[in-house]
Amino acid sequence: MANASLLDRSRTIAGPGYNRWLVPPAALAIHLAIGQAYAFSVFNKPLGALISGDVNNPAPADWTPTQIGITFSIAIVLLGLSAAVFGKWLERVGPRKAMLASALCFGGGFLIASLGVHLHSIWLVYFGYGFVGGIGLGIGYISPVSTLIKWFPDRKGVATGMAIMGFGGGAMIGSPLANNLMAHFKDSAPQGVAPTFIVMGLIYLVFMQFGVWTIRVPADDWKPAGYVPSTEHNELITTGNVSADNAIKTPQFWLLWVVLLTNVTAGIGVLETASPLVQETFSEGAMGAGRGVTAAAAAGFVGLISLFNLLGRFFWSSASDKLGRKVTYAIYFGLGILLYSLIPTLGHNLQLTLFVMVTCLIISMYGGGFATIPAYLSDLFGKYQVGAIHGRLLTAWSTAGVLGPLIVHLLHERAKEQGLQGAAAYQNVFYTMAGVLVLGLLANLAVRPVKEEYYEKGPVTIEAGGH
Amino acid sequence: MSTPVNSSSSAATSEPAATGGSAVLAWLYVGIPLLWGVSQTFIKALALFK
Repeated sequence: MANASLLDRSRTIAGPGYNRWLVPPAALAIHLAIGQAYAFSVFNKPLGALISGDVNNPAPADWTPTQIGITFSIAIVLLGLSAAVFGKWLERVGPRKAMLASALCFGGGFLIASLGVHLHSIWLVYFGYGFVGGIGLGIGYISPVSTLIKWFPDRKGVATGMAIMGFGGGAMIGSPLANNLMAHFKDSAPQGVAPTFIVMGLIYLVFMQFGVWTIRVPADDWKPAGYVPSTEHNELITTGNVSADNAIKTPQFWLLWVVLLTNVTAGIGVLETASPLVQETFSEGAMGAGRGVTAAAAAGFVGLISLFNLLGRFFWSSASDKLGRKVTYAIYFGLGILLYSLIPTLGHNLQLTLFVMVTCLIISMYGGGFATIPAYLSDLFGKYQVGAIHGRLLTAWSTAGVLGPLIVHLLHERAKEQGLQGAAAYQNVFYTMAGVLVLGLLANLAVRPVKEEYYEKGPVTIEAGGH
Repeated sequence: MSTPVNSSSSAATSEPAATGGSAVLAWLYVGIPLLWGVSQTFIKALALFK
């Protein structure tokens, strides 16, 4: 079983003099691929016109936007569930085997979904992209995190920020790639979707192999040259190690679960409404002839906030190395409450430039919240099973993925029923999200050091991580 | 960028060291598609300022 042994954790231990800056690109190769999930909406209209052939006039038998939207929801739910379920397995077998599993599931999910599109079976699309692909998302998302933390004990925020920035960047690659491929294949299959799925599945399967075969873990006794752990006492940075099973028994885990849940739920409030919000608030009727925000400009606005989503992941996570994780999240929530409350006012006053700036800042902190959480977990629980603990925490993301859109649609529809227009139709969304952030702020303020009774007794070995 | 030292006690099973050159290639492998994606998004975002 020579091939199997190549995947073993023991075969990925780096040799002397290994350049640790090779590890972030390996992580990025995974995250840039699976980040495509954020761009799934690019398929919404084509998938909804497979029978009619006209995206503006779907046939009765065509899939509805709701049916298609469920695919993404399944993928996000499976992301959280698989990250939680497979986290300990990942810690035991190491990142290479996990990355390969992720690549096979994510790439394979596209191929199964392609068959679903070809047969016009939405259930097969759900199973392929949503279920199988979603498992690939979850395993892939957590696969490099603990490895990066072990390679960069001196810059945990920088290292995880780089990888998780890739997840944000994945949509920027996946969206134009899908559009170009669908345009290329549009004459050979309905909307060109099925062959696009096949090509994208194969591209991602191959692209991710770089991460699979270049990832290395450090030896247990490795540390960066000249690295001396800070002697300055910080009670929120533990010297102990907490297992994943013990971590979920601590209040700290659930407080961080609420922290992630609230940050993501509020961010979804902006992401879900960005395009209609900016078009309706700054319409030609409100701004004057020729000065309103067009659909193309709104698409540009969505592009701009996705750039800040990406930049925020790296910037805020890196800043947290200096500021401390608790202070960084206090900024996300404190500043966030202020900015979310400000958005309706900026809309009423038609202050487009300020509106764009505030939204971009909000989204940068949304991305930052994702990228900073692994380092926060490592600070509190140690690096022993931080990947598995992170996996379990990602169920908060899945929950927010359902809760966030639900709140947005409920409040917006109610406002519409009351006859509210423009910014007024969205103000309750933003005030509610500011309230959600208050909960996150309180949860973050309540975080205290983990009690020693939860620590592993004696020295821990990574191989024992899976139990 | 600090130069790390790996004093692996598991050297018998470990893989060979990589050089700075391979790090540059590795970053290009992920950096080029990322920059392409960012540039496409940036071009789209310009529509907001027209």
